[in-house]
Amino acid sequence: MSGTTTRYRVLGLPVLTPAQRVMGLFGFWLVLAVCGPFFAPYAPGQIIDTEVFAPLSHRHWLGTDYLGRDLGSRLLYAVRYTVLICTLSTAFSCSCGILLGIATTAMPAWVEQVAGRLMDGILSIPSLLCALLVIAAFGDSLLALILTMGVIYTPGAYRTSRALALRIARMDYITVAMARGEGAFFIIWKEILPNMRGPLLADVGLRFIYAVLLLSNLSFLGLGVQPPLVDLGSLVRENVLGLVYGSAAVILPTVVIGALTVGINLVLDGTSRR
Amino acid sequence: MSRAHVISVRNLDIVGHRPDGHDVPIVRDVSLAVREGQMLALIGESGSGKTTIALSLLGYVRSGCTISGGQIRVAGHDVTSMTTHELRSMRGRTISYVAQNAGTAFNPALSIAQQVIEPARVHWAMTREQAERKMVDLFRALALPEPETIGARYPYQLSGGQLQRLMAAMALITDPEIVVFDEPTTALDVTTQIEVLAAFRTVLADRGITGVYVTHDLAIVAQIADHAVVLRHGQVRESGTVADILGNPQDDYTRELVAACRIPPRATPCAPMEPARRDRVLDLSDVVVGYGSRTAGGLPERRILDHVSLSVPQGSTLGIIGESGCGKSTLARTISGLQPWAAGQIMFRGEALAPAVADRTREQRRRLQIVAQNADLVLNPAWRIGATIERMLTFFHGMKGAEARAEAMRLLDMVRLPHAVLERYPAELSGGQKQRVNFARALAARPDLVLCDEITAALDPVVAAAILELMVELQETLGISYIFITHDLHAVRAVCDQVAVLYAGHVVEQCDSQSLAVGAHHPYTRLLVSSVPEMRAGWLADAVALRHADELPVAQHDAGGGCQFFSRCDMRMPGQCDRDPVPVHTLPDGARIACYRPCPDLAFPGGVASDASPHSCES
Repeated sequence: MSGTTTRYRVLGLPVLTPAQRVMGLFGFWLVLAVCGPFFAPYAPGQIIDTEVFAPLSHRHWLGTDYLGRDLGSRLLYAVRYTVLICTLSTAFSCSCGILLGIATTAMPAWVEQVAGRLMDGILSIPSLLCALLVIAAFGDSLLALILTMGVIYTPGAYRTSRALALRIARMDYITVAMARGEGAFFIIWKEILPNMRGPLLADVGLRFIYAVLLLSNLSFLGLGVQPPLVDLGSLVRENVLGLVYGSAAVILPTVVIGALTVGINLVLDGTSRR
Repeated sequence: MSRAHVISVRNLDIVGHRPDGHDVPIVRDVSLAVREGQMLALIGESGSGKTTIALSLLGYVRSGCTISGGQIRVAGHDVTSMTTHELRSMRGRTISYVAQNAGTAFNPALSIAQQVIEPARVHWAMTREQAERKMVDLFRALALPEPETIGARYPYQLSGGQLQRLMAAMALITDPEIVVFDEPTTALDVTTQIEVLAAFRTVLADRGITGVYVTHDLAIVAQIADHAVVLRHGQVRESGTVADILGNPQDDYTRELVAACRIPPRATPCAPMEPARRDRVLDLSDVVVGYGSRTAGGLPERRILDHVSLSVPQGSTLGIIGESGCGKSTLARTISGLQPWAAGQIMFRGEALAPAVADRTREQRRRLQIVAQNADLVLNPAWRIGATIERMLTFFHGMKGAEARAEAMRLLDMVRLPHAVLERYPAELSGGQKQRVNFARALAARPDLVLCDEITAALDPVVAAAILELMVELQETLGISYIFITHDLHAVRAVCDQVAVLYAGHVVEQCDSQSLAVGAHHPYTRLLVSSVPEMRAGWLADAVALRHADELPVAQHDAGGGCQFFSRCDMRMPGQCDRDPVPVHTLPDGARIACYRPCPDLAFPGGVASDASPHSCES
């Protein structure tokens, strides 16, 4: 651990707290998602070359895909959809799960009974299967995708935050706040939540990674983001033929999925080791 | 030089490695020696390196630390140069260790016998049958109940004091030359501590075992050790025989320690016992707290507090003492509205208090504050100290911004903390500082009554003495009343006007705190008072001699009627004490004792002449 600190200093960078590192890396992907497409040289659907699965060249830096479209431009758009959909669904699942998780520690026991069984119910269905079912029933619009993934990952966030909150709710400073007559909202928001920040951050990060993997899986199966829109999973699927030619069109999206998930995972690992 | 040094440590240095690469010295240049059959006490406050030194005798240092210099010779072995394998064959056989908290040191899934004979089996020292026979002998020597069958039980079935003795049996089963005791009685009640200490002493003396005893309690040192080493910040401040160190301390720090163990009783006169009713801040009458199904009378079946009646006069301090599990903390939670009661009434400043805190008025909540035991848990670690104190000011007095900040600074002055503390987080403060902040937080509400629940239990003696001094001082300047819940009788004498003695949820006695050691008292009070270790050599033998009562197994006594203390009482009268309701005597000075015995029987045996004390009986 002393090694990492020294390395930061050698590079002349300020020493970041683990939370800052996570937010920094996530911020990078978010900026890429929002601004990336503005720098795309071509429209994502534009066929620019007769050569399909073209290798990397100075004309199109990342080569072309199975229809001769510019892979670099498509990749920038794909990152936008993957990151934004997963961010929104993670925001949905974590805000629902965390709020419910903390609130049940301060509410009568039967609320936890009902909420807990409901969460267990969702948790017991395999996530991919659940997503397939919902999308088959409600269609594959972006909103349906976000909500489905949000609901699937709510129980996990609920369980984690409830376990954390239960431990904190037994602390004497919560007792003192209750003896003072503080309201439930103040106790949840000001007394409990700040003490859960570190572990919660790690949990939210993990849910984001799960969401990226689930979305990529769905899109690979053709049930996720639909053409003409494009995300990382669907890029892999449509170019899967290129695997035979060792084309960059199938390898690069895979590498980007890996970079996104493994990168965030590594930074999160650093936080939990503190 | 009749006997050789069994332990000899020379110029020991131990350093800890910090994450940023710097080394912090934990133990610096410590030398000590123990002769065969003698007991050395390592004395010091938390963080003084006493446990680190004790563990280094076993060749063990915590991860992140290393022995950076010096020599440790234990029973002819050079510990610092031994390999892991050699250390393993030495530990538990030549030298063994008794840890502080036996409750967590035993594996709950294995029976006691399996764990006690394990060291002997690991070292192939004897066969299982031999080991079991030996174990029973040890159990008998350590005065454990039912030595033949206790081994078949599991840790959760035994009390803390029994587990601590069982752990000593585990350490002694291989006949080690040296035993290291690490605060073995700190977590125990005084009444239990005395039994454990007496058992340890007999066994060690019989077997001629050399010992190292780590503690912060000088009174225990006086009973059990021959030599002592006083440590501070990892360095030896003073070493010598126990009589010299306690009777004639040379070093400034040792003097401070000795003084802290002799807290003088409070100088100001005590408030009178029975003031007029309007002068009382708090009045509990027949409060019952419990759980389980209701009996015919509408009361819960299992009662934690059973018809407790107490009162706190304005501007005075009521101490509540009793052993762990007697309902002390439940009483604090009940008064502060966190634990609803089943029957009875609590009057606060002449108004009836609602059982639930949500139903009390803001004014009532403001005037009644609680200062809880563990300062680490009471201050929200995510808040700066300033935020914690200012929240109280905003909540109760509507103060904001600069006004709140100025008031917070004033409060810090009151508890003698620098203003810089406002910007710090609780983790950056020491235990004593946290407890002061805790006080400032309670004072911010400008309370009439402060409930102090074991506030000095987690503190070192010197720090605790300073906190008690602060309490008395604040009472004199602000006129607040306290309820002081503790198991420490020294602290009771230092700060309390009156004392209520709680046993199994019953108030068995309420009396004047200064007369605790004289006059007539409930048998349980006497047991408590006589169990508090004194710094006089030979106290242990005297105290054990006084406790001649054969305790009945608790199960034999049905708590349905009669006195709760029956099974442990040394003056019980079978046929009466276990059946009839307990009468309450009121003494002329207002003290109340719940006992069947007439007052003259209740006087201290061999104590101060009862007719000279204000506590004498007339009825």
